Amino acid sequence: MSTTADSRPDTLAPTEDGLSRLVAEGHDLRPRVTFAETVSQTFALAGRSVTTMRRNADQLFDVTFQPLLFTAMFAYIFGGAISGDVRSYLPLLIPGVLAQSTLTACMATGVQLREDMEKGVFDRFTSLPIARIAPLAGPALADLLRYALAAVLTVAAGLAMGFRPGGGVLGVLAGGALIMFAGWSLAWIFTWFGTVASSARAVQGYSMMILFPLTFLSNAYVPTDTLPGWLRAFVHVNPVSHIVSGVRDLMNDGAVTAQVGWAVLGCVVVAAIFLPLSVRSYARHL
Amino acid sequence: MTTPAVEATGLVKRFGDVRAVDGVDLTIAPGQVFGVLGPNGAGKTTTLRMLATLLSIDAGSARVLGVDVARRPHVVRQLIGVTGQYASVDEKLTARENLRLFGRLQGLSRSASAARADDLLERFALTADAARPLEQYSGGMRRRLDLAASLITSPPLVFLDEPTTGLDPRTRGQMWDTIRELVRSGSTVVLTTQYLDEADQLASRIAVIDRGRKVAEGTPGELKRLVGASSLHVELRDAARAPEAAGIVERVLGEQPSLSPEASRVVASLPDANRAGDVLIALREAGLDLASASIAEPTLDEVFLALTGQPTQGEAADDQEVA
Ligand SMILES: Nc1ncnc2c1ncn2[C@@H]1O[C@H](COP(=O)(O)OP(=O)(O)OP(=O)(O)O)[C@@H](O)[C@H]1O
Ligand SMILES: [Mg+2]
Repeated sequence: MSTTADSRPDTLAPTEDGLSRLVAEGHDLRPRVTFAETVSQTFALAGRSVTTMRRNADQLFDVTFQPLLFTAMFAYIFGGAISGDVRSYLPLLIPGVLAQSTLTACMATGVQLREDMEKGVFDRFTSLPIARIAPLAGPALADLLRYALAAVLTVAAGLAMGFRPGGGVLGVLAGGALIMFAGWSLAWIFTWFGTVASSARAVQGYSMMILFPLTFLSNAYVPTDTLPGWLRAFVHVNPVSHIVSGVRDLMNDGAVTAQVGWAVLGCVVVAAIFLPLSVRSYARHL
Repeated sequence: MTTPAVEATGLVKRFGDVRAVDGVDLTIAPGQVFGVLGPNGAGKTTTLRMLATLLSIDAGSARVLGVDVARRPHVVRQLIGVTGQYASVDEKLTARENLRLFGRLQGLSRSASAARADDLLERFALTADAARPLEQYSGGMRRRLDLAASLITSPPLVFLDEPTTGLDPRTRGQMWDTIRELVRSGSTVVLTTQYLDEADQLASRIAVIDRGRKVAEGTPGELKRLVGASSLHVELRDAARAPEAAGIVERVLGEQPSLSPEASRVVASLPDANRAGDVLIALREAGLDLASASIAEPTLDEVFLALTGQPTQGEAADDQEVA
């Protein structure tokens, strides 16, 4: 996606007042950001995030140690009680831990964005002729790597403990893809928090407030049939439940079920709402 | 007539009840250094940020090289380079990585941005430190990198917000050279400063801002004449001969100098700096032994006193140390 000087599309028509002279003087000016430029800028900023991530490997704690810990801990604590033994609990548990770790990683997206925005370099991003979405979309893209890392470690831990997914390699890959897409789209909620909150701590606070109900009041760790009716009602509308069910169907049965459809739809809706909100609120900050 | 680099009328920015910028008009001709001078909180940064599309304009209008800032920010951003009051580079990356990133963001190819980064590192004497993390950079190095990052596309207009505040005298001199070089290569530079001597050294025109309003504008010479002349201070080794010295100074300059309380110091205002030499020669010929001699420029405080009738409020401009 290279945009070299001579292939730049959409050069200003020399009619615009004030601009005509500049263009005539040989300035290569573009009236707006093109889609291709937006993509290339997003990748450049994703590259920046990846470099930063590599240099601060300790910040990957939430997508490395935590999923491993949760898998082992929940498997041994709840396994016997819920499914009779650890091994038969794993097909239920692994997709749940995947969802939990991914959501926690999403939260970090928002907190880190807020911290980043307070640094001087964001001033420069603002003063450059780049798409307003790029400074948000770049980190969001780079965070796919974090979600992937969490997913790989969780599944690996499961396999080591005796998880034998019925969906086979393809089913597991499809489940991983769904959870990464879910992470990308749900992260826009936290990104929006990042653009409206007054500090990184506030982002953390808001995020916790919605993160806990979303993950624990879902079917991530337990079957829902024993829940009281009102709670079951919430669990059923919670998008996280659909994501977890979708991942279970893909990984355990290799089946693209209605749950997968609902999960994808839910994620698309979340992104469609919070992505534009985030960009608008970020651009207004300036 | 050439289009002004900046043309602003009635610029206003409010923060709550504070009118940080309160109706500023500016016309800046291209190809020169234009200085915006004012004490802390005068509204310099706010004015610059509005012109650089970093802040919305509450009232009034601004054009950069004829392009409306509020209506076409994206085009204006292609015409300007901005170096803010505080470094706006990525602390987590190295100098080279920073410059390459900003090059990529502005549409340079991978190889072009690498080449441009190396050019700029060389030009700003950062090549040796290009691979060090910025956390290890000194204030002066950071400033240089920050300026380099604003020049990647060689923009015709460069905004510099207090480019030398917090720099030692040698580094400050280097920064001045760099700014002069920029103008020689055809750019227009708008810089803010708290120091009259800096504006004097660099700027062909200066606007003085106080409490969000422009209180004066002119060449450095015009501003200094507003304040009055510079002054000659001589200190005698033998205080008893001070009246004799005062007489000589009066004979040469045609105006009575003042004597300091301890009476070893003679202070004379200098309508023309060339006359200082005449005074010193006359004192030497009379066999008067001087302990010290100096010429003092009018200070920013005196400019403010003259322009607003009150001294600079808040902290004195000269003992400011901002990173
Ligand atoms: N984001 C903001 N919110 C509220 N008030 C602000 C904001 N930015 C600036 N101000 C106020 O606007 C006024 C002008 O500030 P500005 O930063 O433009 O001054 P300055 O001339 O650049 O000063 P300095 O020499 O200290 O950098 C000050 O009174 C300041 O407190
Ligand atoms: Mg300032």
